[in-house]
Amino acid sequence: MTDADFTPSERRKRSIATRLWRDSPVLLLAIPGMLIILAFQYYPLWGNVIAFQDYQPYLGINQSLWTGFENFATIVRGDPEFLNAVKNTLILTAIQTVIVFPAPIVVALVLHSLLSNKLRQFVQTIIYVPHFMSWVIVVAVFQQVLGGTGMINNWLRGHGYDPIHVIGSVDAFRALLTSQVMWKDTGWATILFLAVLSQIDRSLYEASAVDGASRWRQTWHITLPGLKPIIILLLILKLGDSLTVGFEQIILQQQGVGVDASEVLDTYVYNNGILGGSWGVSAAVGLVKSVVALALVLGANKIAHRLGEEGVYRG
Amino acid sequence: MSRVDQLTEGKRRQVLVGGMPMPGRPERIGKAVFLTIICGLVVFPFIGVISTSLATPEEVIRAGGFVMLPTHGIDLSAYRSILSGGTVTQALVVSAFITVVGTAIALLLTCTLGWALSRRGTFGNKALLLLVLISLLFNPGLIPSYLVVQQFGLLNSLWSVILPVCVSAFNVIVVRAYFIGLPSEVIDSARIDGASEWKLFWYIGLPLSKAVVAVIGLFYGVGYWNSFFGALLYLNDSSKWPLQLVLRTYVVNGVEIGAQDLGGAGEALPPQTSIQMAILMISVVPILCVYPFIQRHFAKGVLTGAVKG
Repeated sequence: MTDADFTPSERRKRSIATRLWRDSPVLLLAIPGMLIILAFQYYPLWGNVIAFQDYQPYLGINQSLWTGFENFATIVRGDPEFLNAVKNTLILTAIQTVIVFPAPIVVALVLHSLLSNKLRQFVQTIIYVPHFMSWVIVVAVFQQVLGGTGMINNWLRGHGYDPIHVIGSVDAFRALLTSQVMWKDTGWATILFLAVLSQIDRSLYEASAVDGASRWRQTWHITLPGLKPIIILLLILKLGDSLTVGFEQIILQQQGVGVDASEVLDTYVYNNGILGGSWGVSAAVGLVKSVVALALVLGANKIAHRLGEEGVYRG
Repeated sequence: MSRVDQLTEGKRRQVLVGGMPMPGRPERIGKAVFLTIICGLVVFPFIGVISTSLATPEEVIRAGGFVMLPTHGIDLSAYRSILSGGTVTQALVVSAFITVVGTAIALLLTCTLGWALSRRGTFGNKALLLLVLISLLFNPGLIPSYLVVQQFGLLNSLWSVILPVCVSAFNVIVVRAYFIGLPSEVIDSARIDGASEWKLFWYIGLPLSKAVVAVIGLFYGVGYWNSFFGALLYLNDSSKWPLQLVLRTYVVNGVEIGAQDLGGAGEALPPQTSIQMAILMISVVPILCVYPFIQRHFAKGVLTGAVKG
C-alpha cells in the first residue's frame, strides 16, 4: 500500500500516531512534572466553585448548598473587615512601590560604580544572604534586635536611656514590615539590575566622557535609561502582585498588633476561611483577588506595549 | 593638528574607568560609608545571635539577655540541650527529610520536564510549553489549594509540604532555556550513536548544566528548609512540625522551653535566650554552609531564564 491509498484524514491520524510513537520517550520525561503542575496549579481552579456555595467541610463540594452570588455580597456591600483588609493591602503595596522598589536600584548603582571587582563581590556575597532566610528567621532576628529585651533596648537601658517600643507597636507596624522587607530582599534584588548594568555599551560612556559629561550626567543620561526596560518589567510584575503583600510575614506578627492594623487580603482569607470556617466567603474574596490580579498584569503589559516597551511578553 | 585632535588631546589627561571619569574623594568616601552601613545591617544581628547562643549562662544573665562579644569563653550547653533529643531534635530530623527528599524530587521532575520542553518540534511540545507558561500568570489561591491537598488525602502528611511546590514553572523555563543553549552537535551525535532520550538527558544534558542545576537545587533546598506556611496549614500533628514551626513557637511567640521539651534530662537548663538563639542558629547554619558554593553561579542561574525566556 502506498500513501495514496489513504484518505487525507487517515493520513493525518496515522501521522499523529507515528509522531506520538516517535516522541514517546520525550513525552514520558515530561509527564511527571506536567502531572504536578496540572494537579497543584490547574486542578485547584475547580475548587473555586465553593465561592458559589455555602461550603461545609463535612458535606464536601458535592453536597454543600449552592447559593449563587451570595458570598460575593460581602465584597459588594463592603463588609468593614473586608474593607479594612483592602485598605491595609493597598497602603502596604503603595509603600513597597515607592520606598522598597527603588532601594536596590540605588544599591546597584553604587556597586556598579565600584572600581574593585573583589570588593563588589564581597559586598554582594554579604547582602544576598538575608534573601535565603525564612520569614520566621527574619521576624525572630528583628525581635532579638528591636524587641523589648532585644540588643538595642538592652544597650539603651544599660546606658541610662529609655527603651524604644517598635515590636508590638500598632503605630510602628507598617514601618516595621517595610524595614523587614528591605532587610531581606534589597540586596538580592540588585542582582537583576547589576546584570543589566553590565550589559550597557561601554562606548556610550567613553563617547560622553570625551564630550565632557560628568559622572552624574552619565548616570542620568546613559545608566538610568539603560535600566528603564527592566524597571518597567518589574513594575508590571509588581502590579500583578499588588494585592499580595507579606502574607507569612504578617501571619507571624499579627498576634501582637491586632487585626485592625495588620489584616491584609491574604490573611483575611486565611483567618476567616480556614481558621474561621467561612469557607465560601473567603473563597469568593480569593477568587475576586486572583481575577483582579490577572487583569492587572494583562492590562499593565498592554499599556507597556502602547508606550513602546517590551513588557513581559509579546502578543 | 586639526581641531578635533586638539580637543581629544586636552581630554586625554582625564583618566577614564569603564568610560566614566574617576570618582572624586567625597564620592568615594560616601560610597564606603554607605556600603559599610548596609553590610553592617546584615552582619551585626547575626553576630549578636551567634554570640548569645555561645556565651556562658552567667554572662548571658549578667548582660540581661544579649551578648555581643562573649568574653568569658564559649559554652555549648544550649546546643547540647536542644540536640540531645526532644522537640527541636525531632523538628530538625523532619526538616532534613523534607529538604533532602523534596529537593531530589523537585530537581528530577523540573529537569526532566525542562528537557522534554527543550526538544522543540516534538509532539505536543508547544501545547505543553503554553500550559507551563500560563500557569505562571495566576495563583490557584489558598482555599482551593487546601481543598486539593485535602482531597488527595495528604493532610497531616509530610508529602503535603513536598509535592505542591516541587515543580516551579519558572524553574522549568530557566532549565529549558539552558538546555536549548547547549551545543546541539554533541546531542545529535550521541543520538546518531543510538543513545536513548533518557541517556541523552542523564549523561549529556545534566552534566553540561551543572551550574544551573546547582542554583535551582539551592532555591528548592532553601525553599523546603524554610517551608513554614505549608507546614502550618497542612500539618496539625505537632510531632511532624519542621524546624520553622518550632522556631516560631519558641522564638517568635516566646513560648517557654521546659525540660520536658528537651532531651537532656537532669541537666540544669541554660538561659532561655541562649536556647532560643541556638534554635535560631541551627535553622540558619545549613543555609550558610551551602550558600558560598553556589553563590558564584547565581547570575547564570537567575539570568538565563530572564534573558532567554
